[in-house]
Formats: sequence, structure tokens, C-alpha cells
Amino acid sequence: MSEVIDRPLRDDEKPAASRLRIVDCDVHPSLRSTDDLNEFLPKRWQQHLKEYGSHLRTPYLFTTPYPRSSPLIARRDAWPPTGGVPGSDLAFMQKQHLDPLDVEFGILQVLDLFIFSQQNLEFGAAIQRAINDWQLAFWSHRDPRLKASILVGQDGVDLAIAEIERCAKVGEYIQINVSPRANEPLGRRRYWPIYERAQELDLPLGIHVGGYGGHAPTGGGWPSYYVEEHQSNAHTIAAQLASLVIEGVPERFPKLKIVFIEGGFGWIPSAVWRMDQHFERFRSEVPHLKRKPSEYVRESFWFTTQPIDEPDEARHLRALIEWVGIDRLLFSSDYPHWDFDDPRYAFKTPLTEAERKKIFSTNARAVYKF
Amino acid sequence: MARHIVARTTEIPPGGNKVVDIEGRGIVVFHVNGEFFALLNRCPHEGAPLEKAACVARLTSPEPGVYQRSRVGEMLRCPWHGWEFDMRNGQSWFDPNRVKIRSYPVAVERGDDLRKGPYVAETFPVHIEDSYVIVEV
Repeated sequence: MSEVIDRPLRDDEKPAASRLRIVDCDVHPSLRSTDDLNEFLPKRWQQHLKEYGSHLRTPYLFTTPYPRSSPLIARRDAWPPTGGVPGSDLAFMQKQHLDPLDVEFGILQVLDLFIFSQQNLEFGAAIQRAINDWQLAFWSHRDPRLKASILVGQDGVDLAIAEIERCAKVGEYIQINVSPRANEPLGRRRYWPIYERAQELDLPLGIHVGGYGGHAPTGGGWPSYYVEEHQSNAHTIAAQLASLVIEGVPERFPKLKIVFIEGGFGWIPSAVWRMDQHFERFRSEVPHLKRKPSEYVRESFWFTTQPIDEPDEARHLRALIEWVGIDRLLFSSDYPHWDFDDPRYAFKTPLTEAERKKIFSTNARAVYKF
Repeated sequence: MARHIVARTTEIPPGGNKVVDIEGRGIVVFHVNGEFFALLNRCPHEGAPLEKAACVARLTSPEPGVYQRSRVGEMLRCPWHGWEFDMRNGQSWFDPNRVKIRSYPVAVERGDDLRKGPYVAETFPVHIEDSYVIVEV
């Protein structure tokens, strides 16, 4: 338990003026309404959106299956005073988040419209195109600190490739985002063309938790409670890490950088130890793997830090960070969601200045080439 | 400890709050069920502004299927991570031995009593017919 948590800080105890400019790998912008997309969405699909709406691989249309305790899963202080939903007002985002926390770069992660889970693949692709254009027009071009990702649904691989080519020509996007819960585990060969193109373009693959992909969110079935379901973010990413590694994605695409976003990192050491142990015993089943799973993880994968684990003993968090590897961690805040991590206080364990610099800035700058 | 007049009692509606600056501290004064409580306006976990907290009830359950609500409106739920605190003393419901919001004594006094002093409210007009919330810091 750190000193910070035990009592309020006095002014003279607040962090020193030597503040670190940070890279925030998870900032959520929101549409004010779907009308914001009209200028980027062909009439044919505007009409479809109005007349038919979304048809998702998700039960319970227009909501997530679990009410999220805070309205729109947002911080209660993140509703813009001008109206609109959290994350929809750039000026307020600047004032509340980007400026006071000295965010040098913020990577946009769009969750609106469940765009990865659209069953109508052409409609999904049209929405993804519109969202990709909207990120630049509404966010990156108005605040160059905010970096856009190319969102594609990997279940329409040809459509995804076409969108990657279109956006790559524009050249302002810093990664390719795919769903963490697609029709099949992410290591499957049907998705490889996306990985191949990402590697050729030297664009990292970003995978942010969320959505349902048509499957129960845990390996055990449908949870009863939100607090229970929330655990599944980590399970899902653990499953996808194993799928990607064991199907041979980093072996086949060794230059591909894969960033898991909001899946936590406390579970990684055990998952990797277990993969290595079983690999020793069953390597004849997967002879396409030339190296231990842990080696692929240490070279090809990065993990964002939020929601950070908060063990009772600060040294346990410290041990986790060392086991995962300081070089693998990228700071993320998840602004404006309720489980936001404040870069000043989230790490309740001592870090050296050099370590802080890696986690809060230089690791991400290297991955994304800022 | 100095006594500060921070508001007229009518100024903070039931369920509402007012943020005041006292000697450089942001302090939030809540009005709940006719009582006033003053706490540092900063969650001890990650620093969220408590003026945006939800005022909730204490919800307990001795066994599955049996639920009890008590002290309606007296528990603060932090606007970020949902940590709950007792408004009366700032104590954390989750980890009461180690986590606490700093709280300050509050009194309600009538304007004509306040004329006797001592108090700190150089810029606050006091009328004898009103009552006021006093915070001791």
C-alpha cells in the first residue's frame, strides 16, 4: 500500500514540477449522435442505419448486455457542461484531460456503434470507413495530439484490406484496430491477410477489449454480474494471446507489432509460464513454432496498463511489472470511462524516472514511431 | 482551527453540494437529510473530484437474496472507480482501516449568533435572520 492511498495529499506532497509528458494509448472519443457520420457515410448506408440500424453478433440491441453502473460507463465528472455525452466534446476533453495531464499523444479508440460486431459486413465496412474519416476530421485535424486508428472488422477480410489500403494512402493513421472477439480466435489463418498487410505497412495491430463477437464473454459461459463479466476482459485477451502465438502469427509475421489494449497485464506472467511449460511437452503438435511462446510474447506484443492491478502490497505490483517486462507496457488512461487511470496516481509502487519514462512515453513512441 | 462561514443553509439543496476554497484546500460541503458534511474534495484513491460523487445508500446483504438499504444518501460513491465512503467521517467502506477522506467539523448557526464571532468570512454577508453552514479547518 503506497503512502498516497492512506490519506489525502497535502499541496507540498503533490508531484514535483518535473512532470513527464505522456503518451496515452487509450482515449475514447464519442459521436455526439450518429448524424456526425452523415458527411462520411453514403446515402445508401445512412438510410440503412435509420431504417434497419445495427444487427450485431450481440444480444440486447442498443445496449451492452450488462448495465455499467455509471451511465455510458463514464466518469461522472466527464459529462461536458455544454451537453452531449462523455468524450464527444473536444474542448472539454482538452480542458479536463489532455492539457492538465500533459498528454503529448493520445491514441483514439472508438467503440461507438459496436462497429466490429456488425453482421451485415458491407454495412459494417461502411460504418468503419465513416468512423475512420470522422476520427481525422473531428479529432486529429482539430488536435494533432490525437492519433487515429484504422478500424476494420476482420470477419470481412477483403473489405478490411480495402479499407487498410484506402487509409494507408492517407497516411495519418498510426495503427490498425481489429476486434478482440471475432467469429474465430484471432490466430486463425483466415485473418492472416490483415496481419500480413499490417506488417508490410509497419502499422501495429491494436486490439481493444469489448464487444461480444457472438460468443459468451467467458470460457465458462454467460456471467450473472457486471463485476463478474468485467473479469472476462482479461480472459479474452489471454485466450487471444495464446491463439496468436500458438497458431504461429508472430512466427510467420515477425515484424508485426501487436498491442493489447485494456486487457490488464497481471495475468501475463502465469499465462506465458504455462504456455512455455506446455510447449516443452507438446512441441511436436505445433512444429511450426520455432521458439518458446515467451520469446514471441517478449518481442511481438505490448500491453496497455489500464485498468492497473492494485494488490495490497505495492511490491507485488512491482514484481508483476518486472515479470511482464517494463519494455512491454504502455500507459493508458481509458478517459473518459469510469475505470480511468490517472497517470499521477495509478501506479501505487515506486518506479525510477527511467522506468516511468519508458512506460509513460518512450515505449509507445517506439511502437508507434512518434 | 478556524471557523469559516461557507454558505447559507438554503444555498445547498438536499442531495446537493457546494465546493469552497478554504486556505487553499478544495472542500466539498454536502447536504443530506437536513445535515451538512464537509470533506476534502479529492478521492484518496486517485484524486477524483468528490463533488461529482453519487450520494447513495449503504447496501448490505447478510446472505444471498436478502438485502438491506440504510443511511440513504449518506454514502459517497466516487465518480471514477466507485469507491464508497461514509460521509460522516470520510471512512472507506472498502478498506476502512487504511483509506479515509479528510473530513472537517461542520456546524449550522443562526446569523445573530454568528455576529458574536470569532469566524472567518470577510467577504460573506451575514444576515441575522438566516442560518449558515460553518466549517472548521
